[in-house]
Amino acid sequence: MTTPSPQRTETFPCGLGADGLGEVTRQIPADEPPPLPPNSQLEVIGKPIARHNGRAKVTGAIRFTVDVTLPGLLHGRILRSAMPHAIIRSIDTSLAARHPGVRALVLVARPGDALSATVRYVGAPVAALAAESAAAAEEALRLIRVQYDPLPFVVELDRARAPSAPLVHDSVSVPRGHASGFPAPPDLPLHGNVRGPATLQRGDSAQGFAQADVVLEGEYRTQVQTHCCLEPHAIVADWGSEGLTVYISTQFTSGVRHELAEAFGLPLSRVRVVVDGMGGGFGSKSMLGNYGRLAVVLSRQAQAPVRIALDRQEEQIDSGNRPATWQRLRIGARNDGSLTAIALRSYGTAGVALGAGVGNVADALYRCPNVDTAQYDVFINAGPGCAMRGPGNVPGAWGMEQAIDELAERLVLDPLLLRDRIDASPVRREERRIGAERVDWRRRHAPGADAGVVKRGLGMAQSLWGANVQINAACEVRALRDGSVEVLSSVQDIGTGVGTVLAQVVAEVLGLRPEAITVRIGDTEFPAGPPSYGSRTTASITPPARTAAWQVLQSLLREAALALEVAPDALMAREGRIIVRGEPSRGMAFRDATALLRTDCVSAVASRSDDYGGFRRRMGDAAIAQQDLGGVQFAAVAVDTETGIVRVERVVAVQDCGRPLNPRQIESQVHGGVLMGLSFALFEERIIDQQTGRMVNPNLEQYRLAGCRETPQIEVVLLENYQGRSATDAYGIAEPSNIATAPAIANAVYNAIGVRVRSLPLTPGAILGALGKLRAGA
Amino acid sequence: MNVMQPFAWVGAATISQAAAAASGTVAEAMVKHTGAAGPEAVGILKAGGIDLLDLMKENLLAPARLVNLKAIPGLEDIVSEADGGLRIGSMVTLARLGEHPEVRSRYPALADAARGAASPQIRNVATLGGNLLQRPRCWYFRAQEYRCLRKGGEHCFAISGENQYHAIFANRPCAIVHASTAATALVALGAAAELADAHGAVQRLPLEEFFVSSQRDPQRENVLQAGQIMTAIRLPPLPAGTRMAHLKQGERDSFDWPLADVAVVLELADGLCRRAAVILGAAAPVPHRAKAAEQVLLGKAITEQIALQAGQAALEGATPLGKNSYKLPLFEAMVRRARARALARG
Repeated sequence: MTTPSPQRTETFPCGLGADGLGEVTRQIPADEPPPLPPNSQLEVIGKPIARHNGRAKVTGAIRFTVDVTLPGLLHGRILRSAMPHAIIRSIDTSLAARHPGVRALVLVARPGDALSATVRYVGAPVAALAAESAAAAEEALRLIRVQYDPLPFVVELDRARAPSAPLVHDSVSVPRGHASGFPAPPDLPLHGNVRGPATLQRGDSAQGFAQADVVLEGEYRTQVQTHCCLEPHAIVADWGSEGLTVYISTQFTSGVRHELAEAFGLPLSRVRVVVDGMGGGFGSKSMLGNYGRLAVVLSRQAQAPVRIALDRQEEQIDSGNRPATWQRLRIGARNDGSLTAIALRSYGTAGVALGAGVGNVADALYRCPNVDTAQYDVFINAGPGCAMRGPGNVPGAWGMEQAIDELAERLVLDPLLLRDRIDASPVRREERRIGAERVDWRRRHAPGADAGVVKRGLGMAQSLWGANVQINAACEVRALRDGSVEVLSSVQDIGTGVGTVLAQVVAEVLGLRPEAITVRIGDTEFPAGPPSYGSRTTASITPPARTAAWQVLQSLLREAALALEVAPDALMAREGRIIVRGEPSRGMAFRDATALLRTDCVSAVASRSDDYGGFRRRMGDAAIAQQDLGGVQFAAVAVDTETGIVRVERVVAVQDCGRPLNPRQIESQVHGGVLMGLSFALFEERIIDQQTGRMVNPNLEQYRLAGCRETPQIEVVLLENYQGRSATDAYGIAEPSNIATAPAIANAVYNAIGVRVRSLPLTPGAILGALGKLRAGA
Repeated sequence: MNVMQPFAWVGAATISQAAAAASGTVAEAMVKHTGAAGPEAVGILKAGGIDLLDLMKENLLAPARLVNLKAIPGLEDIVSEADGGLRIGSMVTLARLGEHPEVRSRYPALADAARGAASPQIRNVATLGGNLLQRPRCWYFRAQEYRCLRKGGEHCFAISGENQYHAIFANRPCAIVHASTAATALVALGAAAELADAHGAVQRLPLEEFFVSSQRDPQRENVLQAGQIMTAIRLPPLPAGTRMAHLKQGERDSFDWPLADVAVVLELADGLCRRAAVILGAAAPVPHRAKAAEQVLLGKAITEQIALQAGQAALEGATPLGKNSYKLPLFEAMVRRARARALARG
C-alpha cells in the first residue's frame, strides 16, 4: 500500500435529479478535480452525443478482428469432440499433417493422458491445425481420424442430480472454483455431479417462518441461453521474435495480456493485445478462451500469424452460455407484507464448468431479517457456461420477482404497494412511481379478467445489481502543441460506446467539443484500462479520464496565466478558449495556449481512486460501490389463448446509473437489455438431444432470437442519481437493464391469463399447457 | 467455418439442356453423400439456391456440378391460360408471386403464403420451384452428425427425440414436416406441377400426387426424377364464389418457419359449401389434407358452429409425439381462423 495521498474536502450535489438536489460533503484526493455540477449545468456531459465511431461502423470502415490481415497469415481450425463423454484412444493426424498447405498441428487431447484425453462435451477441442487457406485447413481437419471409447453421459440438470447419474468429472478434472467467490467459491463439497452448497444465513429462518402469517412456495426454472454475439469470437495471434501480438475480440485487453504472459512465460512487456471494433461480448469474451490459446500455440509452432475465427456452431456449443437453473423459494410474510423469512435452494448447471448460481436477488433485494440460501452447481456433459449479462441475478429475478407478485396476490396487496413496504431503496421507489404513472398502472385489471381470445396484461419487476468498479484502471490525456487532444487507455469498446463518453468527459474539462478529442483505446500499449464486464467500464475509466484531463488543463493554465498575466486559478476553459473567469473577452484560443508548451505534448496519467467515502467491498482489482444499481421495468403483453403466442407490446424501463454521461448511448444499451430479456423470456433455448448429447439448434435459425417484428415499443426513463462518489459519479447500465425484463413479462402474462408459467421460455406449448389445452391425439 | 467443396458451374440455355445435365436429384445425392470424400459426380439443378447452398455449406451435399437455371427463357413467366387458369413459371420468385396482381386477386391464399415466407431478402431470391422442392428443416436431418433415415440411415432420431417442431400426422417412419407453405396453399387450390425431361416430354401431375409420404419413401419428399425439371405450376380456374385464405403461425413473426400453417379454399353457392379444401402445413411429411374437416363443411352453411366442428375434425387421426401435442389446439384454432379470413375476404 502507498501512503495515503493528501485529501481535501468538497461538497457534491446529491440525490435524485427529480427531487431537487441536496448536498453531500466528501473527502477527495487533492489531485482530483472539483465536483461536477448536475448535468443541466454542463456543456457536453449528459448530452445525447453521437458515437465517435458511428460513421465508421455504418460505412464498414471500422476494423473488426477478422478484418486484420498480416503477411503470411495462416488459418486455424479446431477439431471438436463428436462425443459427449469419451476417452480418446487414438488420434491419427498423419494424413492431415501431410495435407498441402498445413503448417502447424497441435493435439489438445493426448491419448494415454487421462486428463486431456477425456472429452466431456460435444464440441470440446481435440486438436487444432493451421494452414495456408481456410479451405486447406478444413480439408485437413476432415482427414484427422479419432477413435473414441464412449463413456456414459448426462446432459440434463435433473437427471444429473440423481446419485446413479454418470459422473461428469473425476477428482482431477473437477474445476476448483474462483477465489473471488464469483461465480462459484472454491473448496465446496462434491457429491456425484452436485457441488455445493454455497450458503448465506442471516437471522433465524425457522423462527422467521414461525412468525409468518403467510408462507409462499414456488419453483422456477430457467433454460440455457447462449450469448449470440453479432460478431463471433476471433483472434489473430502473431508470435514473433520481439514478442507476441494478439488481435482479439475481447472484453478485457489488459486481462488477456496477463493470461498470455502467464500461459506462455512471457514478460508483460512482450505481450501486446489489440482490439478495435467489436460486435458484443455479453460476458463470453471476458477471457482468452481455449480457441485463443490454440491460435497462439499454432502461431508459435508455424512461426507465422494465425487467425482463428469461430463459426456460428462453435459459438453456440463452446463459447459460453447462461447456465440453466432450478430454484425453490419459500417466503414468509406478515399480513402487512413485511417479510419474516426467505429460504432459497437452487440447482444450476454450467455444463462442465461452475457458476450456475442464482445471485443475490433473494437475499438482498428486499428487507428481511431471516434468510437461508443454499445454491448448488450441477455438472452435465455440455459446453461450459460463463458469465452472461447479469449472471446469477437474471435467473434469480425470474424466481424472486414472480414470487413477490404471487405473495402480493396472497396478501391481497397491489404488487407495487407490497414493494413499497419491503424495498428499502429510495431509487427504486421513485422508479416504481414513474413507471406506474407511465403505464397507467391503476387501470390494470384482475388476473385473466380481459375478455376475448387475445388477453392483455400488465406486469412489472425489479432489478438488483452491484455498482462495480475496477481499481486497476488508468487513462492518459495528452494535449499537443497544435491544440489537438488525445485520450488513451487499453479499455475496449465492446459496442457500448465508452470511447464516446471518454471524449465527452475530456471535452467537458478542456472546454472543447467531443469531436475534437482523438480517442485511442483497445490497445495494451496504452495505460491499462478496466474490463468491459460487470457493468463497470464507465464507472472505472471515466473518473481517471476526467482527472487526467484536469491535470493537463492545470499545466496549460499555468502557461496561459503567464502570458495573460493573471493567476492560473483565475482562468477557465470554455468553448475552445482559455478565459479569465468573469471576464470572457480576456483570454486566448485553446490552441494558442498549447502553442506555449515547452515540449510538443503535455500529458497526465491518472488511475481510478477509491470511491469517495469508500467502497462497500474490495476484492483485488475490483470493488463494489456503496449504493446498488436499481431499475424497474413494466411490460404490457398480449396473449393469444388459442395459439399460445405471447407478444410483448410495450416495455417501460425506468433505470438509474448514477450520473448519466450520454443518455442516447444509455438508452441504446437499455434497448439491448430489454430485447435480450424479451428474447430470453419468449424464444431462446439451447436444446440438447438426450440420445446423443448434441445441441440440435446450434445456429441462429433454430435457436430463435427475437427479431424486428417481436420488438415492442420500448420507453426508457433515465434517473439522474447523484451521490458524489467519484470524479464523474457515473456507473454502469448494461446488466441492470437485462435483469427485470423476463419476470416483468411473466408477471404480465399472469395478469393476462390468470395462470402462472414458472419455466422459461414462454413458448406456445408452455402457454397452451398452462391453460390446460394440451391433450393426447385427437 | 464450413467450407464448401469445389464444384463446376454449368449454364443451361434451354429446359432440355438443364434436364439432361440434372443427373441426380438432391435427395439421391444426399443419400450417397458421405461427407468425408470429395464431391459426388452428379449435376444438381440450381434455382434461387437458398436451400441448395445451405445444404452444401453444412456439408450435407457436395455435387460436382451445379446447373444454373436462371438463363433459361420463359421460366419466369406468369401467364393466364385459355381455360381461365394461371400458369406460373418455376423460376418466379416468392416476392414477385406475392405481389402479382392476378395472383393476389384470383388466388389470394397463394399470395398470402408467398408473402408470409422467410424474409424479404430471401423472398427476392427464392423461387417457387425451389420452395416446393426444398428439403425439410428437421434439425437431425440438417446436421451432418446424424445419418438419419431420410439420409439413408436406419433411424429417425426425432420420433423419440426433440420433436417439438415435427409432424403430428403420418409421422412414421420419419417425422419431418414439409417445409413449403406455398405447397399448403397450392394443394388446397388443386394446382398441378409440370415436369419436363430432356426429350421435351412434359408430365402434368396434381401437386397432391407429386409429394411422397414418409411411409411410401422416407428418402424423398416428391416424385421428381433425375433428368426431370419442374418448369411450372398450373392453377385451375376457380368458380365465382370461391373464398380462400392461407394462415401461417410461427413462433416469431420475423423470419421464421411455421409451427402450423393452414390453407382453406371454399366454393360457396346459395350460401352452402359446394367444395372444401382444408390443407394443413407443418403437420405431416406432405401437405396434409384434413378430409374429416372438409366433410364437415361440405353441403353446409358455414356457421361459427360448423367452423368449430371443422376445426376439431381437422385433427382426426393425429398421432402427436412427445413434445408436439401443442400443435393440436394450435391447428384447431388456425383452421377456424383461416375459414373466417376466407369468408371475410368476400
